[in-house]
Amino acid sequence: MKNRYLKWILFLAVLVVLLFISIIISLTTGEINISISKIPAIFKYKSGIEYTVLTQLRLPRIIMAISVGGALSLTGTILQGVYRNPLVEPYTLGISGGGALGVALAIVLGLVNSIGAFVLPLFGFAGSMITIFLVYFLGTSLGKGSININKMLLVGVMISFVASSIMMLLMSITTSDNLHDIVFWMMGSLDEPNTSLIKIMAYAALLGLVIVYFFARPLNALRLGETKARHLGINTSVTIRFLFIISSLLTGICVSVAGVIGFVGLVIPHLVRIIIGSDYRIQLIGSFLGGSIFLLISDVIARTIIAPNELPVGVITGIAGGFVFILVLFRQKSISK
Amino acid sequence: MAKTLQIQSLRCGYLGEFELKSIQFEIKDGNIAGIIGPNGSGKTTLLKGITGELPLKEGKILLGGKDLSKMSLRERAQNIAVVTQFTENADLTVEEYVLMGRMPYRSSFQFFESEDDFQLAEKYMKQTHVFHLKNKMMSHLSGGEQQLAAIARALTQEPKLLLLDEPTSHLDITHQLQILNLIQELAAGLKLTVLMVIHDLNLASEYCDYLLMMKEGELYKQGTPTEVLTFQNIEEVYQTVVITQTNPLSKKPAVFLVSNKVLKQHKNE
Repeated sequence: MKNRYLKWILFLAVLVVLLFISIIISLTTGEINISISKIPAIFKYKSGIEYTVLTQLRLPRIIMAISVGGALSLTGTILQGVYRNPLVEPYTLGISGGGALGVALAIVLGLVNSIGAFVLPLFGFAGSMITIFLVYFLGTSLGKGSININKMLLVGVMISFVASSIMMLLMSITTSDNLHDIVFWMMGSLDEPNTSLIKIMAYAALLGLVIVYFFARPLNALRLGETKARHLGINTSVTIRFLFIISSLLTGICVSVAGVIGFVGLVIPHLVRIIIGSDYRIQLIGSFLGGSIFLLISDVIARTIIAPNELPVGVITGIAGGFVFILVLFRQKSISK
Repeated sequence: MAKTLQIQSLRCGYLGEFELKSIQFEIKDGNIAGIIGPNGSGKTTLLKGITGELPLKEGKILLGGKDLSKMSLRERAQNIAVVTQFTENADLTVEEYVLMGRMPYRSSFQFFESEDDFQLAEKYMKQTHVFHLKNKMMSHLSGGEQQLAAIARALTQEPKLLLLDEPTSHLDITHQLQILNLIQELAAGLKLTVLMVIHDLNLASEYCDYLLMMKEGELYKQGTPTEVLTFQNIEEVYQTVVITQTNPLSKKPAVFLVSNKVLKQHKNE
């Protein structure tokens, strides 16, 4: 057990190194390739087109990737802990879809111009929150009885469909300016021109990690199920409700700045569990860092694979995630046999 | 002698459905009490009432003189440990699982186990004979080993009261006796008060100091095994014909069951 703590530290060290390498890759690759050796000099003289590319384009994207990837992966970990199922995450439960619909509504209603950009995370949060409780109530037969995971996943998928259909409806009746914005939110992208939104995202992700870490103990107890966790002195209903709110907050903010990026919260927590185990004290941090790395690399791929054009990053995570989803499904079957 | 558990005119149960009525009993320190009765008589409901899973509608539960309803969930978990009959399928090692028993003692700001926590876990794993399994996954253990690990986890909670829901169901007699002998040692050694639901009347008779016989949500009889396990009581509560005799060694009642075929033959003779 004490050796386990050493293993955890080693694991985190490896992740930090990987994150650092991913940041370097992301800084250096793109439409203009900038070699690593030149970077210190560029930052020293603070001028030239390369400096602009690094600070105006790439750094904000890196901060976005780290915070959005980390937050989505963290949310996936939390939801999987609460539902005791490895297939739930913001995307599969429709929480991202609900959040995106909220954001789309805010755009169509023109609230961004009249009130300010911060209504986007607010509407994203509201959409996510409504979805998460809707999924919970429908998945548990209106709040009574135990959680029926199949039902809940189906409800989540249906909510995603309904949300994207309503978004189509909004798109067909709205102006072409808004149209572009909504498409962007449906596909997911880390290109965010509004620096204050990037700041909100970064602070929210870090704060989310810190707050959620205080729930490592209840989450660990929940591994035994709600009843046994209560026997260990954990107030499970308060814990679960609080974690729902945190999850929808984080998802809502992610969706409002980056759109719907699916499966990050599925792929990364799954890999982290395989490598280091299910103890939430390591899983929470590990998943956050892993999510950051995954989204950074996915973004680099999305930017370069069909250069000079750019692919929505959600395409990359969606392909990777779809495969992992099927993999998890089959692994689960073989375990239960 | 001090009484760990006192239940006073308890009424509790599911909304609009089955409920327990006017349950009243006391268990002395270090005693093992068994709850017996047919299926659906309210045995598990009684346990759930004491753990707080079911809200009380009336009455009081006192633990060491303290009202349970005034304790926080955490305080409860420091005083009462529960071993359920369901097997463990979470991917945890035995040691991780047993260490969870220390959770009620850690605050939200204590992220890691202390040296004491490790020592207690080790001590109780040794006492329950699962120390050699500490790095094995819970889901890979046999039913008996899982039950022992669950008891080790319960003990690391250092409770005053240990509640067990059918600790020996699904086990062969070797493991049944191993578990019950262990519980008996623990009750005596740690001055632990034990309350368990137990189906097998003969095991209940041998191992329990005190028996609570339930019938349709009420406490039909309570007392020592000799007082409770009479053939009249058993026939009344279980609606079956039995023969009771005395175990020549333990001097406790032993219950024999009789098949219908034998009963008919007997009546004809």
